[in-house]
Amino acid sequence: MVKANKKNGIQSIHPQIPKTPTGIAGLDEITGGGIPKARPTLICGDAGCGKTLLSLEFIVRGAIEFNEPGVFMAFEEKAEELAMNVASLGFDLNKLQADKKVKLDYVHIDRSEIEETGEYDLDGLFIRLGYAIDSIGAKRVVLDTIENLFAGLSNQGILRTEVRRLFHWLKEKGVTAIITGERGDGPSLTRQGLEEYVSDCVILLDHRVINQISTRRLRIVKYRGSVHGTNEYPFLIDEDGISVLPVTSLQLEKEVSSERLSSGIPALDHMLAGQGFFIGSSILVSGTAGTGKTSIAACLANETCSRKKKCLYFAFEESPKHIVRNMKSIGVDLQQHVNKGLLQFQASRPTLHGLEQHLVVIHKLIKKFKPDVVILDPITNLITVGSVSEVKAMMIRLIDFLMEEQITVMFTALTLNTAVNEQTDEGVSSLVDAWLLVRDIEFNGERNRGLFIMKSRGMKHSNQVREFIITDKGLDLVDVYLGPDGVLTGSAREAQKLHEQTEGVLRDNVLGFKEREIDRKRKILEASILSLQTEFESAEEELNKTYTEEGLIKKVAESNRQQVTRLRRGSDISEGKRRKK
Amino acid sequence: MMPAEEIKYELKLYVAGKTEKSVTALTNLKKYCEYHLLKDQYKIEVIDLLMQPQLAESDQIFAIPTLVRKVPEPVRKIIGDLSNAEKVLMSLNIRHVNMQLL
Repeated sequence: MVKANKKNGIQSIHPQIPKTPTGIAGLDEITGGGIPKARPTLICGDAGCGKTLLSLEFIVRGAIEFNEPGVFMAFEEKAEELAMNVASLGFDLNKLQADKKVKLDYVHIDRSEIEETGEYDLDGLFIRLGYAIDSIGAKRVVLDTIENLFAGLSNQGILRTEVRRLFHWLKEKGVTAIITGERGDGPSLTRQGLEEYVSDCVILLDHRVINQISTRRLRIVKYRGSVHGTNEYPFLIDEDGISVLPVTSLQLEKEVSSERLSSGIPALDHMLAGQGFFIGSSILVSGTAGTGKTSIAACLANETCSRKKKCLYFAFEESPKHIVRNMKSIGVDLQQHVNKGLLQFQASRPTLHGLEQHLVVIHKLIKKFKPDVVILDPITNLITVGSVSEVKAMMIRLIDFLMEEQITVMFTALTLNTAVNEQTDEGVSSLVDAWLLVRDIEFNGERNRGLFIMKSRGMKHSNQVREFIITDKGLDLVDVYLGPDGVLTGSAREAQKLHEQTEGVLRDNVLGFKEREIDRKRKILEASILSLQTEFESAEEELNKTYTEEGLIKKVAESNRQQVTRLRRGSDISEGKRRKK
Repeated sequence: MMPAEEIKYELKLYVAGKTEKSVTALTNLKKYCEYHLLKDQYKIEVIDLLMQPQLAESDQIFAIPTLVRKVPEPVRKIIGDLSNAEKVLMSLNIRHVNMQLL
């Protein structure tokens, strides 16, 4: 119970007073675990601001979720009426009563039926409440609203003493109590000044209508002995009861992913360090009208669904059919994903309900559909139902929520052509992880789109302006031409390209000519080298010939000489014999 | 004219133990009845909520002491120690009846 809130609620390292969780979504978070245990809590507010519902939900959730039976003592509505009122929220009070989990007690006070004579006290109420508590072992008590006593009875002196005694008695009983009180005129929180008696925890509910759109808000006026959120938190009453939405989960402790998600535009991925966005990051695409923001969003949706992941598309401007048709023209078929159930559109006019309601609708759909990617197109239109700061607050909460769920979100925002707006796109530009800006570049009698990445946290990203072109086959980014005249886009870029091509051909021609020249020269050189070599070879041969001839002459001369010698010796062989002796 | 023996007043006095206020209330009630009504015309039932707390809800009791006039209809409630005779008799419509009787 309290542990569950440790994740993102308010917490303190010091021991806290014991608390009773209310089970109401968000309330336990901002109170740091619930309302003070075994003490009375005052809930006050104007008529119709949800006091009765909040306190009844406290009882019902206590009985169902925390197994703490509760007594609801109603001074205004009859038990059957109450049961009927909350049946629409799915609370079956009659069954809970039969199971002895909840006890409803309607205290009927009608001034016309009652006469007061002399001294009395409210022991009857004490006994009645005590009996109700004991009969089901109640841990929770609601008195809604005890102020009716003051309307029904005239002796205020007695009533005040008795109410004070009642609160003491409730504390002694050890039950966690909620007392509701109607807000009075002037500075006091309740008509009868009940806040004087309840000193532990006071919660103020408020219901305001601004620009014809109503917002309910809740504020913890005081909470003795505990840290608590002090802001005004918007809350909603819908078919699931009350949900309080803390403006921010008060800590920035979120899981982060380093996995990437392709944007569906290869060239854009390339600009984002080649891989695209981080999963679970928030991306803002802003630009002036008609710059292709929706197309970028549709590409992301298409890419996500093509990878068998789910995408939820909130359209605040166009109907789903419009988007599907329009995106077909750039070669993105979203209908197939819709048919497969991977893509869901949620189209609503921003003025349909207040921002809070929008937020809750978004929350609910996300919880139900469990998408991997959420697209809000465009957030600018929400400004019609709230001020910039309100939209920002809403966006903070939404981004918070999505980050926690590890859902990638893409917002598109329309900017006007002013320098100021570029800085403060609904104030969310500082919150998002990546910001793509699509801008018109007007030059040479035409408008072209330039895209650049204003920021992209945690990755290397291109600092270049790319020309963003929308073709039948999809979106592409091309390098803009940076010439002596500045950035060239569109047809100017094309012209420059053609010019470069011509130059290229010419250059190629010149190069070819030179190459051939060299070739020829080489051939001449090679020819002369060949003739020289031949010359050398013949000279060498000549030389060799001489050598050989001389060798031959030598050889012949030698043999001749020997021949001659032998011939001379032919007569005196004996001489030779003598020499041997 | 109704027969005198019929019970014309059914009165229930809710108390919580024998507190001073409760005792005063009962004494006062008895005094008024004895003085203004015939003996058989009324019936006083004292209910101690400390003994029977479950009865508090059915009769919509929140203050002590409370005197409930069940009969004649409509149900009337008087809370307090009944010290103001005028008011009690008016609320219970007793004087009026008695006047008729006289």
